Amino acid sequence: MGRKLLLEHADVPGIETFDVYRKHGGYRSVEKALKTMSPEEVVEEVKTATLKGRGGAGFPAGMKWSFIAKPEGVPRYLLCNADESEPGTFKDRYLMQYIPHLLIEGMIVSSYALGANQAYIYIRGEYMFVLRIVEKAIAEAYEKGFLGKNILGSGFDLDLSIAPGGGAYICGEETALIESLEGKRGNPRMKPPFPAVQGLWQCPTVVNNVETLATVVPIINMTAAEYTKIGTEQSKGTKLISAGGNVERGGVYEIELGLSVEEFIYGDEWCRGIKNGKKMKALVPGGSSVPILPAHLITKTANGDTRLMSYESLSDGGFASGSMLGSGGFIVFDEDQCIVRNTWNFARFYAHESCGQCSPCREGTGWMEKVLHRIETGKGNMRDIDLLADINKKIEGNTICPLGDAAAWPVAAAIRHFREEFEWHVTHPEEAVKRNYGMLKGVTA
Amino acid sequence: MKIEITEQKRPVLSEEAKAEIQRVIKQYPEGRQKSAILRVMHIVEEEAGGWLSPDTMDMIAEILSIEPIEVYEVATFYTMFNLQPVGKYVFEVCRTGPCMLVGSDNIITYLENKLNIKVGETTTDGMFTLKTAECLGACGYGPMLQCGEEYHEYLTPEKVDELIEACRRGEIKGNKVV
Ligand SMILES: Cc1cc2nc3c(=O)[nH]c(=O)nc-3n(C[C@H](O)[C@H](O)[C@H](O)COP(=O)(O)O)c2cc1C
Ligand code: SF4
Ligand code: FES
Repeated sequence: MGRKLLLEHADVPGIETFDVYRKHGGYRSVEKALKTMSPEEVVEEVKTATLKGRGGAGFPAGMKWSFIAKPEGVPRYLLCNADESEPGTFKDRYLMQYIPHLLIEGMIVSSYALGANQAYIYIRGEYMFVLRIVEKAIAEAYEKGFLGKNILGSGFDLDLSIAPGGGAYICGEETALIESLEGKRGNPRMKPPFPAVQGLWQCPTVVNNVETLATVVPIINMTAAEYTKIGTEQSKGTKLISAGGNVERGGVYEIELGLSVEEFIYGDEWCRGIKNGKKMKALVPGGSSVPILPAHLITKTANGDTRLMSYESLSDGGFASGSMLGSGGFIVFDEDQCIVRNTWNFARFYAHESCGQCSPCREGTGWMEKVLHRIETGKGNMRDIDLLADINKKIEGNTICPLGDAAAWPVAAAIRHFREEFEWHVTHPEEAVKRNYGMLKGVTA
Repeated sequence: MKIEITEQKRPVLSEEAKAEIQRVIKQYPEGRQKSAILRVMHIVEEEAGGWLSPDTMDMIAEILSIEPIEVYEVATFYTMFNLQPVGKYVFEVCRTGPCMLVGSDNIITYLENKLNIKVGETTTDGMFTLKTAECLGACGYGPMLQCGEEYHEYLTPEKVDELIEACRRGEIKGNKVV
C-alpha cells in the first residue's frame, strides 16, 4: 500500500462537509501556518519540499512563489487553475468533487505565503456541478472563520471565489486563464511580462494547479523534511494519476512517486491490467500532449532500467525513447487500437482548440489534422508522412504559447515509433478505409 | 465563424437568477464586473432556454455595463454557448482519444440512428440536440456524454436507450421551455 497524502480520507462519508473534514484533521495546516510561521517560512518549506507544479509543466512551486513582485500598495492574486481539459486528465475534478476543503485549505496557506488577500479558482465550465460543490464548501469555510477578515485572529484576510470557464482548452494556459478571468476571449499573452509581475488586472499573480495547491497542506502538516522522504531522488511525494483508455479499472489513483509503471498498470491496487485480457500496445503517460511510448519502452527504458512513475524516469531517453509525466493523464492502448486514428483524433483536438492568434499554430494544426485524416482514410501518400514532420518543425518554437508544441510533439512521436503503421495506411488504401489497423496487425512492438 | 441571426426576445429573469447575478458580480473589485461575464452568460442562457440570441446578449451587456460587442466576442470564442436554438435535451458526447479507445464512435453512430439526426442537429419535435465535445474530464469512465450539468458514464446502447426514455418521461432536467 502506498501512502496517501491527499486522498487519504476521500472515501469518508460526508468528507465534503466542513465538520467531517475538520474531524479528520482538516484545516490544521492553516492553524500551523498562520499562528506559528511567517509567510517567508511557508515559501521556504514548499521550496525545500521541491514541490513540482502538478498541472503539466512541473515548474517548482516554491521558486515560482519567490518570483512574485511585491510593489507597495498593489494587490497580489493567487489563481487556482482548475480548467483541466488536457485529454486523459481528470484528477483535479476528483479532488474538488470529493474533498473540496483540501483545495480551499491549500489555497488559504498558499495565499498567506504570497501575501494575497484575494484568490480565485477558475474551473472549466463543463464542471458546473463541481463548481457548486466547491462553492458550498467555500461558504462553509467563511462561516467557520477560515475565510474572510482576520482569519483565526491572525490579522490575515482572504476572500476566495470560484469562476467558470465557457469551454476552451486554451484557458488552461495561465495567461489565457487570466484573460478569461478578466472577462475576455482566452487569447494567451506574450511573455514577458510574466504573471508574477503583471497578471490579473496587471497585478502580480501566481497561477497554480489544483493538485499543487492541495499538496501544500501535507507539506506544511508533516514538514518538508518528512515529505521529501517519500518518492525518488528528483520526484518527491505523491501524485494523482488519472488512468483511462483500455485498462481494466480506470480512475483516479494517488501513487507514491517512484512506483513502477508495470505495477501501476497490472497491480491489483491500481489499474489491474488491460481490459479483456488483451495485450498492451502503447501508452501516453501524461496527457495527450506528451509523446506516446510503444510497448517495448513502457515498463523498461531504452537502457533496460525499470520504468518508474516519476518525472525523471518517464522522461528517460528524451524524446527519442522517453516521454513525460505531464499532468498525470495516463492513456493505455490495447493491441487492437490504431495509432494513426488516435494521432488524427488528437490532432483534431488541437486544431479545434487553437485560439488562432499565431499563424503557425492556427494553420499548422489545421493542416496536420487534414493530412492525418487523409492518411487514416486511405487517401494519403508517402510524402504526407514527411510533410507532417515538416509542419511540425514549422510550428515548434514559433508560437506565443506552448499549445503549438503540444500539438506537434504527439504527432512526431507517433511517427517516430509507429512509422510502419502510417506507411501501411498509404500502401493499403482500400483496407485502411474498411479496417482498423490494430485489429488487423495486433501488437507491433 | 458564421453566425446566422435567429431572433428571440430577451428572457424575463427569475428573482433567483437576478440575485445570483448580483452575488457573482460582487466577487470582483469595483469596476471589474466584466470578470463575471462567463458566469452571467451561463445563468442567463439557462433562463433563456439553453441558448443566447443577439437580444439576450445585449441584455447581458446592459447588466454588466459593457458594450454588446464585448459579449459577442466572448460568446463566439467559448464552445459551451449555443447561439442557435437547441432541443430540450442537449447530448454532448465526448469524441476525444481516451473515449474513442473505448468506443465513443459507436455511441455517436448509435445516437444518430436512434434519434435520426446527424451531429449538430435537433430532432423535429425539438426534444433532442446531438453534439460532440472534446474531452470532458471523465476519461476513465468512458464512453460518456454530458446532458445539462450531468455526466452519464460507461455508456452502452442500452444505457443510451434508458437515458432517452428517462428524458421522455421528464426525469432528467432539461432546458427551460420559454
Ligand atoms: C494549452 C495549455 C493548456 C494547459 N492546461 C492546463 C490545465 O488545464 N490545468 C493546469 O493546471 N495547467 C494547465 N496548463 C499549464 C499552465 O499554463 C500552468 O503552467 C499551470 O497552471 C501552473 O500550475 P502548476 O505550476 O501548479 O502546475 C496548460 C498549459 C497550456 C500551454
Ligand atoms: S500557439 Fe496556438 S493556442 Fe497558443 S497563442 Fe498561438 S494560436 Fe493561440
Ligand atoms: S476523452 Fe472523453 S472524457 Fe476525456
